Amino acid sequence: MAASTLVAPLLAPAGPTTASPTQRPLGPRQWPLGAVLPVALLALWEVLARLGVLPPNLLPAPSRVLTTIAELARTGELWPHLGFTLGRVALGFGLGAGLGTGLGALTGYLPLMRRLLDPLLQGLRNIPSLAWVPLFILWLGIYETSKVVLIAVGVFFPVYLGVMTGIQQVDRKLVEVGRVYGLAGLALVRRVFLPATLPAYFVGLRNGLGLGWMFVVAAEIMGANKGLGFLLIDGQMTGRPQTILASILLFAVLGRCTDSLLALLGRRLLHWQDTHGTSFS
Amino acid sequence: MLQLEHIGKQFANGVVALHDISLHLQAGEIVTLVGASGCGKSTLLRLVAGLEPPSTGRVALAGEPLTAPHPAVGVIFQEPRLMPWLTVRANVAFGLAQLPAAEQMARTDAVLARVGLSNFADALPRQLSGGMAQRVAIARALVTRPALLLLDEPFSALDPFTKASMHEHLLDIWADTRPTLLLVTHDVEEALVLSDRVVVLHGHPGRLSQTLTLDLPRPRRRTSPEFQAWKQRVLDALAVEVGA
Repeated sequence: MAASTLVAPLLAPAGPTTASPTQRPLGPRQWPLGAVLPVALLALWEVLARLGVLPPNLLPAPSRVLTTIAELARTGELWPHLGFTLGRVALGFGLGAGLGTGLGALTGYLPLMRRLLDPLLQGLRNIPSLAWVPLFILWLGIYETSKVVLIAVGVFFPVYLGVMTGIQQVDRKLVEVGRVYGLAGLALVRRVFLPATLPAYFVGLRNGLGLGWMFVVAAEIMGANKGLGFLLIDGQMTGRPQTILASILLFAVLGRCTDSLLALLGRRLLHWQDTHGTSFS
Repeated sequence: MLQLEHIGKQFANGVVALHDISLHLQAGEIVTLVGASGCGKSTLLRLVAGLEPPSTGRVALAGEPLTAPHPAVGVIFQEPRLMPWLTVRANVAFGLAQLPAAEQMARTDAVLARVGLSNFADALPRQLSGGMAQRVAIARALVTRPALLLLDEPFSALDPFTKASMHEHLLDIWADTRPTLLLVTHDVEEALVLSDRVVVLHGHPGRLSQTLTLDLPRPRRRTSPEFQAWKQRVLDALAVEVGA
């Protein structure tokens, strides 16, 4: 759908979620094939690093990265970084997804609101969100507010588009069934529009979350003294690539975990879908 | 029980779909609207369902003007139109939300048994065949016990065997509670198997052409000479219209 193709190129960390949110995990017979290449590459990397072929000041061994994380955890240094990053993403996601849901529902359901609001929002969407950074810092300072707002901006647009297009694409025929049974207004929304919009909503939420993780990195690189993004810059400044790689790995794991949580929730709510991903259940 | 008085319908794009249609249905009667595709028969049904307002004329149910969907009017569409997120049972109970849960359950179970789908009560629509899904749609319409049931080519997507058994089903159900049925079809045999009256529409814009009152006893055998003679009469009536 339109929303996901538009943001998909930006979604390198979390992976594009253009597929159905109910896509099932690979079966036990299938996973080893997908694991072959990563494991082989990691092993090769480890061996080459230990043999000294790869310069340790540029590309330390995977084991070195893991011990760096373990060390950060042992000294307790890791937890505030994790906590700040997770907190910023949670706040930004909550704010962006909340606003996106509300405005998307408004423009999706009411043609008048769509004509009034959508051109403006589509126009704003065309601004690369990172271009807002200097302005947000100027307006909101370099502390938490500007970071959370930046993340919220990133999350907002995919969620807004998901909700709006989801509502517009609700099958007229099902809406008519609702009307035949006397449903109108909120009852029609609750019993027909809401469930029918959920699949598109979850695609929007997952795309939004992916952008949220991307924007937290940007926000923390701009200036922070806590957070995984700070670790990136710290590793660069102090010439410790293992810290940079540790931070990248943690971003990947956190992004994946939060996305899986959303996907799991989606699968729970959307088990009824008649799609390729669920057809073999 | 249903009165259509001088109904006309012109869409916003200027297309005139129906012109001056008047039709009265007696309680418990089965009336079929036949006509070539595009003659406005489905539009007429949508007006009676209260899904669209007529441009001129009035629709009245038991003397009361009908301007919005009415609880005593059930609709079975061409497609099952089941809510894909609800189980078969919840789909059937869709129109019963105001009733107490126990009553909903009892009615739903009874109707599901009636259409032979008790074993599928907890299935999701995606797990049903086309014929089963349409039976669920019929059950959903019946469970509210409508006095008037509108059917818009409800069996047109089914294979001939399923279709014939659905006709039996429908007539059985009709014999139980005698609702008034208004059916749209382009299948002449279907019209003859089911109806007391066949109303022929001709198109662009749709007008009433002929009303044929069938004096065939039930159950009707498609192979009987009387049935075949009626079939010829309806086909002739349709042909006049095609030729005109």
